[in-house]
Amino acid sequence: MAATATVRLQRRTIGIRRALAPIAEARGMARSMLWAGTGLTLVFVLLAIFAPILSPYGFDQYQSGGHRFAQLAHPSHAHLFGTTVQSTDVLSRIVWGAQTELEVVGLALAFGLVVGVPLGLISGYFGGPFDRGAVLFMDAMFAFPPLLLAIVIAFLLGGSVSSGVLVAALAITITYIPQYFRVVRNHVISVREEPYVEAARALGAKPLTILRRYVFFNVVQNVPVIATLNAADAVLTLTALGFLGYGVQPTQGAEWGYDVSRAVSDAASGIWWTGLFPGLAIVLLVTGLTLLGEGLNETINPVLRRRSIRKVDFAAPSLEPASELLDP
Amino acid sequence: MGTQGSSLKRYAITRLALVVPMVFILLTLVFLLMRVAPGNPVSAALGGHAPPKVIKQISHQLGYDKPVYTQYAHYLGQIIRGNFGTTISDRRTVGSIILVNGAATLELTFFAMIVAGVVGLLIGLLSGRFRDSPIDAGGRLFGIVVYATPVFFLGLLAQLIFGVWLGWLPISDQASPITQALMQTHTNIFFVDAIIDGNWAALWDVVQHLILPATTLGIVYGGVFIRLIRVNVIRTMKEDYIEAARARGIRERSVVYHHAFRNALVPVITVVGLQLALLLGGAILTETEFNWPGIGHELYVYLQNRDYAAVQGIVVVFALVVVAASIVIDFANAFIDPRVRY
Amino acid sequence: MTAVLEVRNLRLWYGTARGSVRAVDGVSLEIAAGSVLGLVGESGCGKSTLGRGILGLLPEGARADGEVLYNGRNLVTMSPRDLRRLRGPDLGLIFQEPMTRLNPLMRIEDHFKETLEQHESKLTPKEVRRRSLDTLGRMGIPPTRFRQYPHEFSGGMRQRIMIALALVLHPSLLVADEPTTSLDVIVEAQILRILADLKENFETALLLITHNLGIVAEACDHVAVMYAGQIVEEGPARDVFADPKHPYSRELLRSTISLDTKELHSIPGAPPNLINPPSGCHFHPRCPDVMRVCPARDPIETSPGPDRRVLCWLHGPESEIPVGGDAPMEREQIAIAEEA
Repeated sequence: MAATATVRLQRRTIGIRRALAPIAEARGMARSMLWAGTGLTLVFVLLAIFAPILSPYGFDQYQSGGHRFAQLAHPSHAHLFGTTVQSTDVLSRIVWGAQTELEVVGLALAFGLVVGVPLGLISGYFGGPFDRGAVLFMDAMFAFPPLLLAIVIAFLLGGSVSSGVLVAALAITITYIPQYFRVVRNHVISVREEPYVEAARALGAKPLTILRRYVFFNVVQNVPVIATLNAADAVLTLTALGFLGYGVQPTQGAEWGYDVSRAVSDAASGIWWTGLFPGLAIVLLVTGLTLLGEGLNETINPVLRRRSIRKVDFAAPSLEPASELLDP
Repeated sequence: MGTQGSSLKRYAITRLALVVPMVFILLTLVFLLMRVAPGNPVSAALGGHAPPKVIKQISHQLGYDKPVYTQYAHYLGQIIRGNFGTTISDRRTVGSIILVNGAATLELTFFAMIVAGVVGLLIGLLSGRFRDSPIDAGGRLFGIVVYATPVFFLGLLAQLIFGVWLGWLPISDQASPITQALMQTHTNIFFVDAIIDGNWAALWDVVQHLILPATTLGIVYGGVFIRLIRVNVIRTMKEDYIEAARARGIRERSVVYHHAFRNALVPVITVVGLQLALLLGGAILTETEFNWPGIGHELYVYLQNRDYAAVQGIVVVFALVVVAASIVIDFANAFIDPRVRY
Repeated sequence: MTAVLEVRNLRLWYGTARGSVRAVDGVSLEIAAGSVLGLVGESGCGKSTLGRGILGLLPEGARADGEVLYNGRNLVTMSPRDLRRLRGPDLGLIFQEPMTRLNPLMRIEDHFKETLEQHESKLTPKEVRRRSLDTLGRMGIPPTRFRQYPHEFSGGMRQRIMIALALVLHPSLLVADEPTTSLDVIVEAQILRILADLKENFETALLLITHNLGIVAEACDHVAVMYAGQIVEEGPARDVFADPKHPYSRELLRSTISLDTKELHSIPGAPPNLINPPSGCHFHPRCPDVMRVCPARDPIETSPGPDRRVLCWLHGPESEIPVGGDAPMEREQIAIAEEA
C-alpha cells in the first residue's frame, strides 16, 4: 500500500514538474508576461485575504469615533483615495472589493468547470444524438450576448436568491458553460482519433477508463489557460453587472463596477477620485489575469511557443579526438 | 464560374437549414427563462401600486392567465409573424423600439466598429509582423490593457477628460435638444437624417455627440481584434506556402501583404461575427453611461421597471441579430475562402 | 563541363538551447549545367538543410559559413535583396509536401501571375498567361484548370503545379527536396519522368534530394552520399552503384529492396545526434569495417577513381594513418569510446 502510494505520489510530482516545465523554460516576452501577471494577481489575492487587516475602514463605514466622514472629500492623509458621496472611504471599498471580485470569480469558474468540462467530455467522446442536441443547445446559447444573458439571469435570480455573490456567480457561470463545453468537446473529438487512444480502445479499455486516463489528461492541459483568461473576463462581466446595479447589492459588499456607476454623476462635476481608483483596480486585476493567461498560453501552446535559441558559434572548440585509443 | 455559383448556393441552403432548429431552441430558451421568474409580470411592471382588478384585466388582455403551453404557442406564432410583443409599462410595441432606438444603436455600433477595425488591424498586423520587437511588446501591452479596461470606465475617463476638464465634447445624449427638435425623421439614424436634410450644423452636432461613445466602445472592442489578428499573423507566417513563396523569390513585402496578412484575416472575419455579441453587450453599457437612446439603454430602463414583456422582446431581437450576423459572416467567408464551400 | 553551382566547405549550423546543431558541416559539391546530382542519405543527415541553405532559406537562429558560388558570386555573403532576386529566375526549389505549398486563397493563375510579375515585370498579361499555360501544359495540367484553386487538385497535380511554378522562370538550377516522398508510386513515376526530362526541355540542372536510391539510379548522373552533415562519397551514379567505396554507401545500397532481395538488410544503430557528433569519422560507431584510427582522427578526402572522392580511412591516405591504426576495432572498444 505504502509503496503504491509513493509511486503514485512520485508519478504525480513528475506530472506536475512536466506540467510546469514550460513555465520554467519560458523565455523573453512570455516569461515577463507570466511574472507580471502572477505578481499583479497575487497582489489582489493578498488584498482579498488580508482585507480585514489592510483596510482602514469597513466597506460601508461612513463614520468613525462618532463623527461622520466628509462627503466627496479629496484624497488626503485621512482618506488616501478620498471619500464618496455617501462618505465611505474609497480605499476601503477597493480593498474589500478585491474580496468580492475573487469570491464571485472563483465560484463562477468552479461552477463552469464542474458543469462544462464533463458535459464536453461526454458529448465529444460518445457523440450521437446527445452530442448533436448539446451542440445545438450550446450554439443557441452563444447567440446571446454574454453580458445580456448575465444581466437577464441576475435580474431573474435577484428576486429569489438573497446572496448577491451567488446571483452574480451563477449569472456569470451560465455565460461560460457553452465556452468550456465547446473547447473541451472539440479537443476531445481530435484526441479521440489519436493513435494512442485507438490503441487503448483496441486493447479493450472501457470507455470510462479511456476518458479518465487518456482523454481527460490531454484535454485538461488547456483548462488552466482558458480558466485564467475566463477569470479575467468574469471580472469584467461582474463589474458590468455591478455597473448596471445587478449582482452584489451595495449592502452586501463593495463592488468596483457599482462604485464606477456611482461616480458617473460625480464626473460631471469634475470629481475624479470616486471613479478613477475603482476603475484602475478593475484594469489592474484584469490585466494581471490576462497576462498570466496569455503567458501560459504562449508557453504551453506549441503553435505560439518559441524555442529558445543560442547563437551559433563556428569558432567553438572542435571535438577532441579520442587519441588514447591508439595506444594499446 | 458556374460551378462556383452552384456550390455557393448549396452551401447557403445547408447553412440556413441548420439555423432553423437553433432559432427554435433560442426562442424556447427565452420563453422559459421569462416564465421561470417568480411573481406576476404585470404587477411587477406596474410597480405593485395598481389595484388587483386592473392587474387582472391587463393580465387577461396579455394572455398571462392562459395555460403556459397556450402562451408558448401564441408567443411563437407572434414571432413568426414578426410581432415581438408589447411592453407592459408603457405599451410600446417592441417593433417600434427596434425602429427608433435600434437606429441609435446601429449608429453607435457602426462607428465603433470602424474605430475597432482601424485600431485592431493597424496594431494587430504590425505586432504579428514584427513579433517580439518593441513594436510588438507595445502593441500587445496596449491590447491587453485596453481589453482589461471596462468600457464604462474608459467612458468615464473620456467624459472626465474631454467633456468636463477640456470641455471639447458633449458627454451625453445623441444630439443636443435643439438639433433633435429641428431635425426631420427619415431613418431615425441621426447621422443619415442630417445628411439627407443637408443640415450641416445638425450633422456637426451629431458627430460631436458620437465621438466619445463610439470611440470608447470601438477602442475596447479593438482590443479583441489586436490579440486575434496578431496570433493569426504569427500562425500564418509559419505556413508552408509562405516558405514556398520565399523560395520563388517573392518580395518580402508581397509575402507579408499578399500571403500572410490576407490569409491571417480570413479566420478573423468569422470571429468578428461572433464578437458582434460582445459589441452589443458593450453597447448596453456605453448607452447607459452616455445616456444614448439605443436599445441597450431601453433594455436598462425596462429592467429597472421590471417589465418582463419588454425584456423578453428585446432579448429575442438581440439574439436574432447575432444569429443573422453569423449567417452573413459565414456567407462572406464562403465567398472569400473557396475551401469552405466544400 | 562547366559547373552551374559550386559549394565549397559550406557549414550550416542551427542554434538551439542545447548547443549548435551541425546540420551541414563542411560540404563541398559541384553541379554541372544541365546535369542531375542525387543527394542521398538517411533522414536527419542534413540533406534538406543543404538544399535550402543553397538558396539562403534558413530558419531563424541558423548561420552559414563557407562559399556557395553561383556564376562566380558567393551566395552566403550576398545581400538578402540580391539573393531574393536570384531565387526564382536562377535557383528554384520544390518541396516534399505539395499539399500545403500553394496559398489556398489564390487561384493557380494568381500564383503564376505573382511569380512572373515579380521577376519579369516587362511581360504583358498575355505573355504571362501564355508562358504559364505553356509550362503547365508540359507538366500535363490542362488550361481549363488554370483558374481553379489549390484544393481542387490532387497531391500529384499540386506537385506538378509547384514544378511548373519553379520552371516558368527557367532557373539554371532546381533543388528538389524529396519531391515524391509523399506521393503514391504511379504519381511518383510521373514526377520523376518530368524531372529527368528537365535538361532536354529546360536546360535546367537538378539537385535531387532523396533517401530513395532507386530514384537516384534511375534519374541521376552523379550521386553524393551524405552522412551526419558531411558528404562521405561522391561520383558518377553508375560507378558508385557498381562499386561503392564508403562502407556507409555500401550498407545503404544493401538496404534497398529489389526483386532478388531474399532478406532485409539494415544498418544497425541510429543516425548520430548532430549537436555532438561522434569523434573522428562520424560513421565509426555503426561501421562494420571500423579501424582504430577511425574514432581518433577526422578522415581525409581521397580519390579512389576517376571523378570520384570518398571520406574514409579505408582509402587512405596511408601516410596519415598512425602505426597500428588500421587494425580492426572491436565493438566493446567503441562502446567505451562512446562513453568516454
